[in-house]
Amino acid sequence: MDRRADMHKRERRRYVIGYGGSLLLTLVVFAVAYQFGIETRGVYLTIGLLGLAQLVLQLVYFLHIDRRRSSREDLDLILFSTLVLLIIIGGTVWVLGNLAIRMHMM
Amino acid sequence: MNSSDTGFFGRLTWDAFPIAGLIQNPSANEIIANAAAAIVIIGVVAVVGLLTWFRLWGPLWRDWLTSADHKKIGIMYIVFAIVMLARGVLEGVVMRAQQAAGPGDGFLAPEHFAELFSTHGTIMIFFVAVPFVFGLANFLVPLMIGARDVAFPVMNQIGLGLTVSAGMMLMVSLVVGEFSTGGWTAYPPYTGAAFNPGVGPDYWIWAIVVSGVGTTLTGINFAVTIYKLRAPGMKFMRLPMYCWTIICSSILIVFAMPPLGVAALLLAADRYLDFHFFTNDLGGNMMNYANLFWLFGHPEVYLLVLPAYGIYSEVFATFSAKRLYGYNSLVIATMSIAIMSFTVWLHHFFTMGQSALINAVFGIATMLIAIPTGVKVYDWMATLYRGRIRFSVPMLYSLSFLMLFVIGGLSGVVLANPTVDYQVHNTLFLVAHFHNVLLPGVLFGLLAAYNYWFPKAFGFRLNEFWGRVSVFCWTVGFLLTFMPLYFVGLMGMPRRSFSWEDPSFHPYMITAVIGALVITCGLFSILIQLWVSIRDRDKSCAPIGDPWDGRTLEWSIPSPPPPYNFAIIPIVTDRDDFAATKERGAAYPTPEVYEDIEMPRNTGIGFAFCVLSGVWMFALVWWIWWLAALMTIAMILAFIIWSFDTSTEIIIPAEEVRKEHEAWLELAHSTKAVDRDHESTPENLGLARPDMEAVT
Amino acid sequence: MKRAPRHSYPGINLGEDHASAHKATEVVTFGFWVFLMSDLVYFGLMFAIYITMIDAQAGGPGPHELFDLKSIFAQTLILLTSSLTVGLAMLALKYNLPRARVVFWFGVTLALGLSFLALEIRDFMNMAEQGGVPQRSGFLSAFYGLVPLHGLHVASGCLWLIVLGIQLKVFGLTDLLMSRMVRLALFWHFLDLIWIGIITIVYFGGLAYG
Repeated sequence: MDRRADMHKRERRRYVIGYGGSLLLTLVVFAVAYQFGIETRGVYLTIGLLGLAQLVLQLVYFLHIDRRRSSREDLDLILFSTLVLLIIIGGTVWVLGNLAIRMHMM
Repeated sequence: MNSSDTGFFGRLTWDAFPIAGLIQNPSANEIIANAAAAIVIIGVVAVVGLLTWFRLWGPLWRDWLTSADHKKIGIMYIVFAIVMLARGVLEGVVMRAQQAAGPGDGFLAPEHFAELFSTHGTIMIFFVAVPFVFGLANFLVPLMIGARDVAFPVMNQIGLGLTVSAGMMLMVSLVVGEFSTGGWTAYPPYTGAAFNPGVGPDYWIWAIVVSGVGTTLTGINFAVTIYKLRAPGMKFMRLPMYCWTIICSSILIVFAMPPLGVAALLLAADRYLDFHFFTNDLGGNMMNYANLFWLFGHPEVYLLVLPAYGIYSEVFATFSAKRLYGYNSLVIATMSIAIMSFTVWLHHFFTMGQSALINAVFGIATMLIAIPTGVKVYDWMATLYRGRIRFSVPMLYSLSFLMLFVIGGLSGVVLANPTVDYQVHNTLFLVAHFHNVLLPGVLFGLLAAYNYWFPKAFGFRLNEFWGRVSVFCWTVGFLLTFMPLYFVGLMGMPRRSFSWEDPSFHPYMITAVIGALVITCGLFSILIQLWVSIRDRDKSCAPIGDPWDGRTLEWSIPSPPPPYNFAIIPIVTDRDDFAATKERGAAYPTPEVYEDIEMPRNTGIGFAFCVLSGVWMFALVWWIWWLAALMTIAMILAFIIWSFDTSTEIIIPAEEVRKEHEAWLELAHSTKAVDRDHESTPENLGLARPDMEAVT
Repeated sequence: MKRAPRHSYPGINLGEDHASAHKATEVVTFGFWVFLMSDLVYFGLMFAIYITMIDAQAGGPGPHELFDLKSIFAQTLILLTSSLTVGLAMLALKYNLPRARVVFWFGVTLALGLSFLALEIRDFMNMAEQGGVPQRSGFLSAFYGLVPLHGLHVASGCLWLIVLGIQLKVFGLTDLLMSRMVRLALFWHFLDLIWIGIITIVYFGGLAYG
């Protein structure tokens, strides 16, 4: 019984860490935006990186995706999806952005 | 007319029926439109009449419409695909006739011609190729991987229901209103509300959205089935090549169907809610649509052609009596094609105006994708090399493919060069190219599969003679129809033109229509073949299940297979496991124990979704808002009510399994095996004598 | 003690107390993951369209006039907290805590989901008052194509929670129901991930580049 209570506690702690971390990151993001103004150089990059960090944090602590052998299937799926997303979002932005420039829409 | 002030039946009035046009203005064009509508109505009446006459409603409902058996769902998909194929081919013939009737305006009105090429494309891709490919996958994949069913049998049924109801919308559009004139790609702003306020584009949108959802469900289902439900010992590198292509194709569906859904739904938002995604004014940008559509469109052609490659792989191996050459390289090639197919979409709109750098990048990517395809062609040729080849119908289709497809593939590499593409963009050269890859590539594969696996599904072989006639007609018809189009394309004839003036096109157009008639003969010889085969089924039955000396697991079970497929789940020890078992002399073993088998229970949810989504689409097309809202709620409720049904399984008792299985084993042990020289004689009861190298 | 069977299913799982439910869940949960990835592509494309249409404001109101960061902040906190509560509900399920605990955490999740939706709808209404309707410009079309799509997902998640609540009452805690709860939890976490994308790209991105 002890072992189970222990595991329960450990898992609950993972959720709390995930929550606390995400909360912190969110606060930092909004604080940075308010403090420096979103249009300041570099601020948006920071916000983007913090958002990415939060994504990874939640994947690990809420969805329990990690590099353990047993969760490879999900990790593979997510990585492949990320690859496809990068291709299609990146491609779309590249192509449409280029078209916009050439048509003087920007 | 404003979308808010419509009556009880929305914008549906008597003028929507083609007979109104005939009364007002009798002409060849109207007669053809009415004939098409009449064919639909007569077809429906005939089917209903026959079902009633032969008292088949009960069996139809019990054994087919409510069945969650993957084999029956597969067969229903294929029947649907063949019905739609007949319409698609006839439309092609009418279009060829229209162009052959020139120079000048021919006999069709321009809008009617535009409807024809729009429905022809939409039908052939979404309601022939996709359902045929996934009908076959439904039938075959569980049998090939040694499973008793797919991962989600009910979802499978819903997928079928949605695909069929979407296809029915195209039939309905013949009788009520008109279909889109915007081509199968339905580019805005032409298909937007400003230029095209009628119902046509709406029929297209909802048919595409609903069938897209159905296809996505199917894709998820097969990815999970192959990933999770393989028989013990069936490692990935022991999967039949066909299953490899289906898993890649399923992955393509999962990732490539969303762009189509997004494109169609955003177009719907523009048309129905006055959004500005693709409009000309207020910041809309139609180039976004072209980009989205081809993000789907290019993976789409590969998700169709990959399963055909899988079929050819199986056919070449079986009818050369050899193990497939270069299995590993074929697997790698299949996966590379699947991934690379996401990197080439821009070659569909080289001329849209992006920089030369972007065009060059996508042009090179397009050329690169030809490499894995080339690898495959060499692997297939090497499989044939020194094999003992039997020229049966599936093999003839495959050989025809091998020769013709290379031409289509090479013309694709030509088009991959942006500078060349600028010259032939939107000409018949392009039409010739994609028919050259889709007909010999996809359709010949599907027809080969139809001939190859038919005895597995129904327990008797198809007639060889009429099969050969159909191969001949399709091959010759294809060459006569589409080779001339390469030339007129190079001479500058635009695609989709209902009239033309240059007299030098004329001989080519005449040749093409003759080809189209030969293709029609091919279509009819398939129907005759089916008729003759059913009539003579006593002389061609193969109940033991292995008429071709097959190599993979599906041939190791009775034909037609029992509902549970495998009395005992096989333990796989080899690639081409059944061939290896036969080689060892260990085929048809007598199991020691039988177990109770759990199978999915019949359910009407798929049929319910078919009907509800059909009415929903119709209501949306005609702005009958109350009905659309009602159907939306009905579909949500149907799903929730279904989720309360917890007794989804029935048990087939071990005793029953034992009895059936032992009767079959008895038959197998008492039958004389036939060698390959007597494959097409009545002696072939489906027990093969492996009289040649089986495993090498 | 007999060693518990190893779970072949990674990520969120039901654990060893529910071995039978766990096995049945494996295939379905994997299928649900695949579905989520397909759904992710929908969102990804809407993000891409939004990015390409940030400039297409056609003289209409833009991000600076329309976005209410305070409300977005509140929505973020609510959704994040609901992600925690759905996780706690899963833990209660996994470790066989009293059923009331499971129901409680799911109930809190539902309440948070609904208040998120209420705030979001209020935002949209405020935007509409300032002329920020989707019919106004390409930019607003893209905005309303994406953010309400997420809202629609949250709404269907709420409906799902309600249906599960009723089924819990009807059937009790069966294997099937547990497997559905696992999928719901996955879905809910997924929506939180999408929301991170929305605040980063739609709101902050809109303000930075719009």
